[in-house]
Amino acid sequence: MSLAVNVSQLSKHYQVPEREAGLKAAAQGLFKRRYRTVKAVDDISFQIPTGEVVGFLGPNGAGKTTTLKMLSGLLHPTGGSASVLDFEPARRSHDFLRQITLVMGNRNQLSWDLPALDSFDLQRAIYGLPVDDFKKTRDEFIEILEVGSLVKQPVRNLSLGERMKMEIIGALLHKPKVLFLDEPTIGLDVTMQKRIRTFVAEYNQRFGATVLLTSHYMADVEALCKRVIVIHHGKILFDGNLSALVEKFSAFKTIAFTLADNASDLTPFGEVAARDGSRVTLRVPKEKTSEVTSRLLTSLQAEDLIIEAPPIEDVIASVFAIPKEAA
Amino acid sequence: MKRYFDYYLAQMKIAVLQEIQYPIANYFYMIGMIAEPVIYMVVWSAVAVQQGGAVGGYTPGGFAAYYIVWTLVRNMNIVFTPYGWEWRIREGRLSMELLRPIHPLHGDVAYFAGWKIVVILFWIPLAIFLSLIFKPDLHPSLLEGVVFFFAIWLAYLIRTMTLSLLGMITFWTTRVSALFELYFAAELVLSGRLVPLTLMPQWVQDVAWFFPFRWAFGFPIETLAGNLTPSELLSGLGMQVAWIALGIIAANLLWRVGIKKFSAVGG
Repeated sequence: MSLAVNVSQLSKHYQVPEREAGLKAAAQGLFKRRYRTVKAVDDISFQIPTGEVVGFLGPNGAGKTTTLKMLSGLLHPTGGSASVLDFEPARRSHDFLRQITLVMGNRNQLSWDLPALDSFDLQRAIYGLPVDDFKKTRDEFIEILEVGSLVKQPVRNLSLGERMKMEIIGALLHKPKVLFLDEPTIGLDVTMQKRIRTFVAEYNQRFGATVLLTSHYMADVEALCKRVIVIHHGKILFDGNLSALVEKFSAFKTIAFTLADNASDLTPFGEVAARDGSRVTLRVPKEKTSEVTSRLLTSLQAEDLIIEAPPIEDVIASVFAIPKEAA
Repeated sequence: MKRYFDYYLAQMKIAVLQEIQYPIANYFYMIGMIAEPVIYMVVWSAVAVQQGGAVGGYTPGGFAAYYIVWTLVRNMNIVFTPYGWEWRIREGRLSMELLRPIHPLHGDVAYFAGWKIVVILFWIPLAIFLSLIFKPDLHPSLLEGVVFFFAIWLAYLIRTMTLSLLGMITFWTTRVSALFELYFAAELVLSGRLVPLTLMPQWVQDVAWFFPFRWAFGFPIETLAGNLTPSELLSGLGMQVAWIALGIIAANLLWRVGIKKFSAVGG
């Protein structure tokens, strides 16, 4: 099994100047500056085999983007090592840059006033792509993302979602082997998100590309990634299957059922999460699930009973709520 | 090499396409820019008339020739400014350029070179208009014309390198505006922008020889509107090439050290 990404004890610490508010503190700062070390990424290690799609999760400021920037060569690590396709990213060799891409949902590389087709042609020249290959790939991507009628319009006239599609096409024209996707669906509507997810999945399948994806939309992660890495306060909290993440961090399960008698008192069984007529959803501690289920069936003759893990969003939210000291 | 040539052509094409989107804005920009040389021209022409017809060898027609060529040279040496560098570093815009397997400086040079093509096209009617009013005394030889053609492009490259070097200081300082103002003041005096250098005191002319400003401004004008000998024309081109080479070496060194600081500034 070859590794596309190999990260070992990687760190990125910043020295950030800080001072109290006010004129006096500002004046003092002229003579004596006070610095604080921010550990944006702190001693993280993981590997990603070639062709795998991995979700990289964490709240804002957790260190996701910093890690992606180090892996794509934009930032120099302050400790540890990273290797992508056997290249040291910080050296930013042209051979390395030709094989990767970084898509950031809030950044753009397209010329605002021109149709995307012109920017695509510039990408061709930047990467030195043979004209025939370039046109074939470009037309194929345009067809898959259904943007044939949009590529001739100035980019400034496109909607956010349409622009994002163009950005993704532009970022993949050179058929990179490793994709770093930082919030690629941010601000997009559900349909656009789905279209981009499908495209990324197809690209991964067709070209065997490795993908490291950050997203705050769990639908992205659930659709694309079997494996997730959770980073918080610069440290890795979890690295494994999505289902195992739920298992590890979810303290509760939900039991949904239909009551034969609407007047039944449910307080002894657990917390009522939702109630719609005779249909009830209870939230119970994970270790008590079997016992409560059994009691519900025997005491209340509950019907159509379904036990489920909580929504992934809830699990992630509980992980993100872990204080720094515990991370 | 072929790849770079292809890239330059593609980037220049983008610049042309982009700039012709806004012809009116570009034209007004150029019209605004000619106010400065027109003022110099009127003042110096008046002084020449008062002095009996010439100042330091420049007649009103000579001043007209100098400052009309000035307008083209000034447009040619508009480059990506240190303010632009400040913006791209502070805002983290440099990130996207760093992901490309080509140095960002190539992008700057190619883009502004493409813009020059639009600028030259727009400049021609303005030059005709100014010539009709101020009657320049301009009779360049073939050699002067050829040297001028190369000199204005080399001037463009010199100014690109020097201002890029200034801009890269943003890696350390986050702000570079004050330094740019200082550079701008020195350039005004030592380049031939304010007044032909031959009208300046001898010591200023001697000092100017050792700075890049003259080679990016006064020299290209003098190739067409001055009285340079063939050997001065060719040695001037040599000086321009030397400044570009020095600029490339310095920019490479500064870039290598500065880019490691990028993390601390840009997002």
